[in-house]
This record gives sequence, C-alpha cells and structure tokens, in this order.
Amino acid sequence: MRKLMLGNEAVARGAYEAGVTVATAYPGTPSTEITENIAEYDDIYCEWSPNEKVALEVAAGSSIAGARSICSMKHVGLNVAADPLFTTSYTGVNGGLVIMVADDPGMHSSQNEQDSRFYARSAKVPMLEPADSQECKDFVEQGFAISERFDTPVIVRLSTRIAHSQSIVELGEKQAYQMKDYYKDPAKYVMMPAMARKRHIEVEKRLAALREFSDTGNLNRIEWGSREAGIIAGGIAYQYAREAFGETASYLKIGMVYPLPEKMIQQFAKEVQTLYVIEELEPFMEDQIKKMGIQVRGKDLLPVMGELSAQIIKEKILSIKTEIQPITNDPVPVRPPVMCPGCPHRGAFYVLKKLKMNVSGDIGCYTLGALAPMESIDVVICMGASVGAAHGMAKARGKEFAQKTVAVIGDSTFIHSGITGLIDIVYNKGISTVIILDNSITGMTGHQHHPATGYTIKGEPTRQLNLIQLVKAVGVDRVRVTDPFDIKEFEKAVKEETEAEEPSVIIVQRPCALLKNVIFEGPQAINPQKCKQCKMCLRIGCPAIVDLGDTIEINEALCVGCKLCTKLCSADAIVKR
Amino acid sequence: MDNLNIMIVGVGGQGTLLASRVLGNVALKQSLDVKVSEVHGMSQRGGSVVTYVKMGKKVYSPLIEKGEADVILAFEILEALRWVEYLKKGGTIVVNEQRIDPMPVIIGKAKYPENIIAKLKQQIQNIISVNALKIAKECGNIKALNIVLLGLLAKSTDIAKDIWLEAIREVVPAKILDVNLKAFDAGYLSASDLEK
Repeated sequence: MRKLMLGNEAVARGAYEAGVTVATAYPGTPSTEITENIAEYDDIYCEWSPNEKVALEVAAGSSIAGARSICSMKHVGLNVAADPLFTTSYTGVNGGLVIMVADDPGMHSSQNEQDSRFYARSAKVPMLEPADSQECKDFVEQGFAISERFDTPVIVRLSTRIAHSQSIVELGEKQAYQMKDYYKDPAKYVMMPAMARKRHIEVEKRLAALREFSDTGNLNRIEWGSREAGIIAGGIAYQYAREAFGETASYLKIGMVYPLPEKMIQQFAKEVQTLYVIEELEPFMEDQIKKMGIQVRGKDLLPVMGELSAQIIKEKILSIKTEIQPITNDPVPVRPPVMCPGCPHRGAFYVLKKLKMNVSGDIGCYTLGALAPMESIDVVICMGASVGAAHGMAKARGKEFAQKTVAVIGDSTFIHSGITGLIDIVYNKGISTVIILDNSITGMTGHQHHPATGYTIKGEPTRQLNLIQLVKAVGVDRVRVTDPFDIKEFEKAVKEETEAEEPSVIIVQRPCALLKNVIFEGPQAINPQKCKQCKMCLRIGCPAIVDLGDTIEINEALCVGCKLCTKLCSADAIVKR
Repeated sequence: MDNLNIMIVGVGGQGTLLASRVLGNVALKQSLDVKVSEVHGMSQRGGSVVTYVKMGKKVYSPLIEKGEADVILAFEILEALRWVEYLKKGGTIVVNEQRIDPMPVIIGKAKYPENIIAKLKQQIQNIISVNALKIAKECGNIKALNIVLLGLLAKSTDIAKDIWLEAIREVVPAKILDVNLKAFDAGYLSASDLEK
C-alpha cells in the first residue's frame, strides 16, 4: 500500500515493521511526531520520558534485556543524552538499538544549529541519513539489522525538511522478530575501567568492520549522469543537489554518513572531472574526504549556516541567479511568532515587565516573552538553564540583584532539567525565586503529556507528579500557587517572594489556551463610545487587539474571549460581542 | 503533466497544514509523485507560515523557491504580498481578503501596507480575491476557511471534484467533516461566480 507520510511518521512505521518492543522520547521539534506515531501502534510500549538522558537509558536497558528499542530526540536532546550514548557505544546491544536525532538547520524551532553528525564520529557509532520518507522507513529497519550485526547503537539522523516533509511510502509487513534472550555478561555490560578498556578494543574493531560495510552495503550508491561534475551528498542536501544539477552531474548518494565509504569515494573521485560535496551545516564529509587526499569543493562555495536549497546551489556553484521583480516597494512588515490569543503566559509576562524584573528564561512557548511588546526575558540558554542561570546571576551580583531576578520555566521543562537547578539553589544557600509556568501540557511541541499531567503518551491515567510536593521535598519552604490572569495576586506574589531572603517557588497555573477542554466565552468587542483610547489593552501584546488609528478594535476571527484585556480596561469598554 | 507547485501561505493557526495535507492526498490519488513540506513548532505560533506542495512525475526537493510556484493560496493579505515573488510568470494567486496585523504593526513599529490586493491586481493577471472567512462563517465555522479556499482552488484545476472530496474525507476529522464538505462546495461555487 502506498501512503503519503511525514518522515517522522515513516520512522514510526519502520520501527513497527522492525518489531520494536520499546520506544522512548522527550518531545522536541522536529522529532516529536516520531513517538506520537509510534504510540498509535498498540503492540509497542511507548513513553514520554522526563528527558532525553532517561529516554536513552530506558531504551538501552530494553535493548540489553533483548528487545529492539528506539529512542528519539531533537539535536539538542542528544546533548542531554550524550552520556549514555558514549557508553552504550562500548556496551553494544542485545536487541537492536536505534537512536533517532532530528537536526534543525535554519533553526525553525531551536536555540542553536549544531550538526549532530559529529556525535556519530566521537561516539564511534554508525549514522544513517535518509533523504525522503521511504528511506526513513527503510533506514530504520536497516538500522536495527546493522545494530544487531555489528553490536552497536545506530543513530539515524533527520533534518527538519526530512522529518516534516511528506512523501510517498510503500508500506511493508511487520517482521516476526524474535526477542533475544537475556543473559548476564558483566564484561560487556558493566562499564568499569577493567571491562571498559576491553570494550574499547571491540569498538575500534567494530569501526573497521563498519568502514568496510559502508563500502560494500547498499546504503551508499552511485547514480551516473554527466561526469563533468560529481556530487557527494546525503539526506535533504542530496534532493537539493538533484534538483539543481539534474542529469548534468553524477551522484554518490550517501545513506551511511558515518563511517563514510572511503573506497567508493576514491573511485567516484577518479571518474568525475570536478568533485563537490554538498552538505548542510558543517563540512563533516568534506573534511574527511580532504583528509583522504582527495581534491574537493564544498564549503569554499556553500554556507555553513542555515538551510541549503536548490537555488543556493545553483547560485553558488553554477552561477545561475534567479532574478525576481518586486511587486511593490512597500516594506513588508515581518510576522514573528506570538503567544496565542488566550495564552496564560501573557498575564505572567505583563507583570514581570511591569515590575522590571531580570528574567532568566527557558525553552518553550514562553520564550516568546523575550519579544516585543513583552520584552521581559533577558537570558535563554537551553532546557532547564533558567534556574541555574538565575542562581548564578544572584551569586555573582549579590542579594539586591537576586531580589530583582526570577527564573521562568514551564512545567515540562522544569521536570526535564529545572529540578536539579532548584536543588542547587537550596543546597548552596541561594535565595532565588523560580516561577513555574504550569500550563498542564508540553505546549510548544504540540501538546504532549508529561509526569505532572497525570496521563501517559497513550492517554492512560497515571500517578500525577505533584509539583508543590516536589519543590517542598527538595527544601523550598516558600511555595505558592497563583493564576497568571489574576494579575494583582500574581504581582503581589512576585514582589513578596523575590523580597524573601530564601529560595521560593511560584507555581502559576492556567492551562494552555489551545487545549480542547479550555473553553472561553468567545470573541469580545470594544465599545467605541466607552473606549478612552488609553491603549492599556495593547500592552499585553495580544494579536487580536489592533490599533487602527482612530479606533482600537478586537479582531473577531482571532479573539477567543480570555478577557485578560478586560482586567486592564479602566473604562469597562470591552464587552462580549 | 508537468510538475505542479502549490504554496499555501498564511498565519500560524489558520489551518494551512490541514489544507496542504488534503492537497497531498489529492496528488496521491492521481498516482503522481508528491512532497509536502510543513511547518511545526515555534513558527506555528501566529507567525508567517508556508507549506509547499509539489506534485509531478518525480519530485526531488520538497521546497518551492522564488519564481517557481504555479499557484499560491494566500490565507491572509499581507502574507500574499510577502510570498508573491515565489509565483511563476503566469501563475495564479488566490487571496483570502482577511487582515491579521502582525505584532510589529500592533505595537506601532511598522505599518500594514495599504491596498495590497489592488497593487497585486495591477501586476498579476491571474489573481482571485475572496472573503473566505465570510463564506466559512456562513457554512457554520470560521475555521473552515482553509477548505473554502481549497474549493476555490479545486475549481481552477483539471482535477475531478470527486477526488478532492475523497481526499477531504480522508484527512478531515469526522467531527468537523460535514461543515468542511459544505465549505468546500461553497468555495467551489464562489469560484464559478468569479468566472462570470
């Protein structure tokens, strides 16, 4: 059967057909839909783990226990999971272990543009890179076979345009996979110095075997066209190159990006006049090919930043530029992302801006609090960093600064890695205030459950993590709960808690406005007779409230009726439409 | 047939994703190769969003680039202006006459350009503008504006109406299917009106 599938959905299908037993992940764009789709298969155990490190540890345990296991994350998630990655490389696997990592060139929804291919090289594990949804499915299945044959975890790398593009997939049947027996083998699975030294020898042997496999297996292939230009490319870059060069070049299409097929590359290089490596981000393949003593062009022509495209390749390599006449000379205003109408975070940031707080922010929808008109977040680094960074700022600048500083972090992010920062504050006698924006869901990635929602990925009720008890248990005595739309109460809480010379936590509770069970009363309108044009309502940065010059109006198509604006209107001019 | 490149542009939350998924399934039903490139994550939050639908004998890059779109389906006026340079010479642009102010305009740091549709009409031969929001509202749900626009687009292609309806049935959740089928018909009929 042919089906149109997202790359991520095809990965899930591949896992199913390969007979996977356990799938784990922490959500992260552009990888989230992999595990959401796996959750649709009833015969696979599937979980949202609290973070990527735990996710990989669970998958590693499941692999050692004999089951095929898959663990998925975005590129920065692999930083979190790097610790188990480097050591599972030494232990190897029992049941196959595939690690999915989705890079985000162009940073559509990420805080950096790191190139995950380097992880394969430094952890000495093979990495495959599919170029469309069909290959997503096929490479995951092959990944499991390689994992078991070579006794190694296998990383399959996606990028945004592979993960989030749909293309046609021919579905197959589920393999009858027989789970491996569990056996005790401390020399292989207990990584302490004496054993690890021996395992490192195995890792080097394995790498040599994988190099040969890269040359002889079917993951890398040559497509002959004109031999004037030879192009080495994999993943999405292969598609762009194909689009740009068509039949005017030959292609060495790379499916196994680490280790590279060295003999194949040498032979290909001999047969073509000019050799190009076309790859997004870093010169990962190019550097290795140059080290082989082969002349090749690549990053001397192409950018190391952002996404590639067929037009960039045409322009930079073929010197063909697409000229487009502009329709008007009017400047076109940018449209950055904004907090949704009804978003609970809006109330919180309105107050933090009003109080002129130093705000150490975190990763989630609420990162948008850094943009105009809120402009109240000063620092965002990575998942969970808000808490540690606020503590560091306080330790650097002293008590008075600490009393003007808060950390702001979402519920899911706090569980992911904010809790350890809070333990640090308590342990090391900090006095910082942490504000947990609890919207009852993992928001930005599209509504995934987490330990504090009380439901599993499959929607089954489970023991709900109690955030109040959790922060109390680590030693925070000052804990209070407020509603971000109760602006006065929240303002009071922030003032009092930052003033206190001890650690404090404010849990700000209001569910994400996009959740199905959140029902508002519907669009509001501004009564022009009553409106005094004070423009207070515009200060909350709601996309539904617009200043038309003569009047201020509420866009009926956007307003949900959260009524936060009505709390700022001293003229009572905002009423139900 | 030659490759057909369709771009759907709009504001995050307007339902561009669902529309592109219907289009992808329409292509699949005609035994064409197809790629649909979507936007998820942060940029979905009220930002400028674009999805690409490419169909033909063989599709490599999932992206449509400047000057390559046969059709642009613009869900919002300013977004039509932002992406119009992606339109091929002789291509068609369908503009929903809805205005959503971006944050820089709301906070007074930028101006929403005036008379965009009139300016586009001066330079582009094949342009259709329609108040899809109003039509969707009449059908019973303003969120169905995406399917109204698909109805309009469907009328301008050679692809049989049944194929579109079948694709909608497969992609749209059952709970909102009826209103969306109604919206499709309304869009399809409004295209006939425009032809007169």
